[in-house]
Amino acid sequence: MFGSFFPVILFLLAAGGLVLVILFFSSLIAPHRPNPAKNSTYECGEVAEGSSWIRFNSRFYIIALIFIIFDVEVVFLYPWAIVYRHLGFWAWLEMAIFLVILLTGLAYVWAKGDLEWIRLPEKETESSAETPLTPDNLRN
Amino acid sequence: MLDVILTIAYLVGVISFLFLFVLFAVWFERKLSGWMQDRLGPMETGGFQGWLQTIADAIKLLLKEDIIPEQADKPLFRLAPYIIFIGTLGAFAVIPFGAHLIGSDLNIGLYYIIAISSIIAIGILMAGWSSNNKWSLYGAMRSAAQIISYEIPIGLSLLVPAVMAGSLSMQTLVAAQGGGFWNWNFLQAPPFGLIAFIIYFWASVAEVNRTPFDIPEGESELVAGYATEYSGMRYAMFFMSEYANLFVVSAIGATLFLGGWSSPLPFLTFIPGPIWFLGKSMVLVFIQMWLRWTLPRLRVDQLMGVCWKVFLPFSFLNLIVVSFWMLWVK
Repeated sequence: MFGSFFPVILFLLAAGGLVLVILFFSSLIAPHRPNPAKNSTYECGEVAEGSSWIRFNSRFYIIALIFIIFDVEVVFLYPWAIVYRHLGFWAWLEMAIFLVILLTGLAYVWAKGDLEWIRLPEKETESSAETPLTPDNLRN
Repeated sequence: MLDVILTIAYLVGVISFLFLFVLFAVWFERKLSGWMQDRLGPMETGGFQGWLQTIADAIKLLLKEDIIPEQADKPLFRLAPYIIFIGTLGAFAVIPFGAHLIGSDLNIGLYYIIAISSIIAIGILMAGWSSNNKWSLYGAMRSAAQIISYEIPIGLSLLVPAVMAGSLSMQTLVAAQGGGFWNWNFLQAPPFGLIAFIIYFWASVAEVNRTPFDIPEGESELVAGYATEYSGMRYAMFFMSEYANLFVVSAIGATLFLGGWSSPLPFLTFIPGPIWFLGKSMVLVFIQMWLRWTLPRLRVDQLMGVCWKVFLPFSFLNLIVVSFWMLWVK
């Protein structure tokens, strides 16, 4: 029905079905005695402070953006990798130019410092000349 | 009809193999870590060297209560183990265990593996976000950032065998390496095949979140990362796919760079292909375990730095040079 993809679809369905069966079997024999303390969020034994759905650091977004650019480009490379030998030198050169353009993008991101994971807050680096580095100042 | 029956039989075989591998690998890793740290590891359950320990653990997890926190996003919380396990077992469909032992020899097999493995990152992010737990969220964010970053060097270094064989079909990729170990891809276009293999191997260790790249679930700082709120059999699903993924990345490495099921020397072809394939994969699995118990954990800035500043430029240049080599030298 799906040609050569039939086994693949079977594998994916079987994976889902297997988890379903195992979890169902477990729910039959495992105890189920919930209480408010057991169902509360784990926070090292303390009562959880607020929600965990918080805003997280923007550097994750930057990594995700760079990832999308490069991943899309890897997608372009796969069909090229199969056929470029039949197309000859120019197909290779075009892809090499494409890669060099992308590497320029990487160099730009690198130079902008977005690949540095540890970055001091700007406020702190500006004011470090005047204010002494006490724990209170660092926290700001 | 016969095709369907054979496919189902193969599927049952692969699932049994997966379970056996996980049970064995968990026990073996505990024994190995014990041996490397000059202690015994599990000794009691089952008599000889505690070989029944993981089976006992699995039964224990099956009998444990399944707790879903009150604050969790329940539909996503329930869905996450499915996504992760589908991503794991899905990859097995195109891994060639032998000359005819393959679920489906897709003409885009390699591409399919990369695509289906990426789904795991979504499952991990889903698990961490839906738990509504700070440890889970931090673990998931770090894990997603790490997995997607290392996916690019992996994608680029896996292109090198594809360029060499001119195909994405897994069986064609193995067949191109037949005849002896000097035809294996890691020895092709020296040293660029080897560079691709090294980049792939290191990035794959990071891809399965194992030490020295286990920042997403470093017990000493993040409890258990994205799996913190999971318990019972739901947790076991995460654990199982983690070990199954260990095999998947090793099997891909063995297939694409170490000749897959082909024998290292021409006169050794009487030994069946699956034995060669499993042997090569297990060697890579063993190296990953060895690394885990030898190296300390990297810092997160070192982790991202080595990916974006070392692996990525090198795999790019490697690809350009290898494709040029294939055009002119071959």
